[in-house]
Amino acid sequence: MLHIHCPYCEEYREEEEFSVVGEAHIIRPLAPEELTDQEWASYLFFRKNPRGLHHEMWAHSHGCRKFFNMTRHTVTYQILETYKMGQQPSITTEDTK
Amino acid sequence: MQKYSGFGLLKHSMSHHENWQRVWRNPAPKKHYDVVIVGGGGHGLATAYYMAKEHGLTNIAVVEKGYLGGGNTARNTTIVRSNYLWDEAAHLYEHSLKLWEGLAQDLNYNLMFSQRGVLNLGHSLQDMRDIERRVNANRLNGIDSQVLNNAQVQAKVPILDCSKNARYPVMGASWQARGGTARHDAVAWGFARAADALGVDLLQQTEVTGIRRKDGAVCGVETNRGFISADKVACVASGNSSTLAKMVGIDLPLESHPLQAMVSEPIKPILDTVVMSNHVHGYLSQSDKGDLVIGAGIDSYLGYGQRGSFDVVEHTIAAIIEMFPIFSRVRLNRAWGGVVDTCPDACPIISKTHIKGLYFNCGWGTGGFKATPGSGQVFAHTVAKDEPHPLAKAFNIDRFTSGKLIDEHGAAGVAH
Ligand SMILES: Cc1cc2nc3c(=O)[nH]c(=O)nc-3n(C[C@H](O)[C@H](O)[C@H](O)COP(=O)(O)OP(=O)(O)OC[C@H]3O[C@@H](n4cnc5c(N)ncnc54)[C@H](O)[C@@H]3O)c2cc1C
Ligand SMILES: [Zn+2]
Repeated sequence: MLHIHCPYCEEYREEEEFSVVGEAHIIRPLAPEELTDQEWASYLFFRKNPRGLHHEMWAHSHGCRKFFNMTRHTVTYQILETYKMGQQPSITTEDTK
Repeated sequence: MQKYSGFGLLKHSMSHHENWQRVWRNPAPKKHYDVVIVGGGGHGLATAYYMAKEHGLTNIAVVEKGYLGGGNTARNTTIVRSNYLWDEAAHLYEHSLKLWEGLAQDLNYNLMFSQRGVLNLGHSLQDMRDIERRVNANRLNGIDSQVLNNAQVQAKVPILDCSKNARYPVMGASWQARGGTARHDAVAWGFARAADALGVDLLQQTEVTGIRRKDGAVCGVETNRGFISADKVACVASGNSSTLAKMVGIDLPLESHPLQAMVSEPIKPILDTVVMSNHVHGYLSQSDKGDLVIGAGIDSYLGYGQRGSFDVVEHTIAAIIEMFPIFSRVRLNRAWGGVVDTCPDACPIISKTHIKGLYFNCGWGTGGFKATPGSGQVFAHTVAKDEPHPLAKAFNIDRFTSGKLIDEHGAAGVAH
């Protein structure tokens, strides 16, 4: 069971209160009609899936119901930080950029 | 290869079973192979077997970082069925099911393949509509499939709570009588033994750390045991496929998630079929040893750790107990996780890549065990002939760009 710090509630709560949304910092293209099929596919379907550090979006579904971001290791599952929407991670590697 | 038979068993009992031939060799890597298959799970080993048997390629190797069948092959809940909704998927899985039906004889290895039937329960009106649609689609594709009502389900599984007051009311089910289970490690071992007998080198404890290219084409793999040159490299690494693809800068639309399963202590025979409920994420059968084999839903975060969270296990157990109150006192023996490579449309990728000589077979996610022989056969064809097998064509990586997805989500492919 992960123990997750919600940056809005400023509290550690159990994983069951949260849900994962997926890779963080994905920006919806401003002009989708100008994209190539490849670029559109990449926006829709292609995710980083790193074996290592990952920035991902979570939601505190059964708490404050706000979205936030997390930097987590996908092998050890260790959570290195959680941060609010609109903020950038403070921990990065070549892979996660 | 020493042939296994009842007579052989008797003969070897005379010498206290001390003179059995080794099941496969443990060779040192050669300098060069025509094809290197990365991943010694069921799919990789089946690929090697069919490549040697049907395409006459015997200078090939299977490279496995751990031991044969140590990945998802020996971590799954062994459910085999072919009742998928869309034509492309249905044909592929049905092809595989047909191979299962003669596989133990073909490999001369007891796979304990048991066609005990598979029930997919419907708990709501929508479930039942989806089931009817899928069963009709299956029948049009020549796949045995039936809709059962509440009373028929109850007759098949007397211990299932089919009463009106059930927490998850059973409104009916789809039934595939030819579906069932098989012994998963035996599948890996059977293919390994048969491939080895045809001259395939099985290289265990050999991890691929890089894929070398020359003039835009593949020329071999870097491993912890040195460089191995190869004309073609075929990657069949399930949850770790993205990691291999990244070595050559290829993006795959995969996400690796933990998927968990568990077994109970062995009990007397009580359940003679497979019961699946996509709705509550619980899957159940009883092994020949007597333990209840239970599959959970996936953990929704990315995870390469071969373990997931307890609340997923708890949720599954709660659902199983609601459906089978009789099991409330049964104790669990073991629980574990695997890393499954899920694809956006819940269908596999069996494909050439833009790099000459490099192929991928992945994205089987939560349900690839049932496809082991079929996957191996069509992938062997795809690699050996450098053109997709007719059944594999639709599973090209280009479908994510063209939009021609094969959306098995919800319909049949939610899990296992
Ligand atoms: C808990 C669970 C339950 C499941 N239940 C079912 C079910 O009921 N029915 C069903 O049909 N499917 C089920 N599945 C899915 C099924 O197990 C998989 O789809 C299938 O086993 C994939 O086979 P594979 O041979 O591709 O993978 P694996 O057996 O995982 O083989 C891949 C191999 O590649 C190796 N490898 C990875 N990276 C490298 C590298 N760099 N170098 C060398 N080797 C490498 C790994 O060590 C591994 O042995 C389940 C999966 C899980 C985890
Ligand atoms: Zn919160």
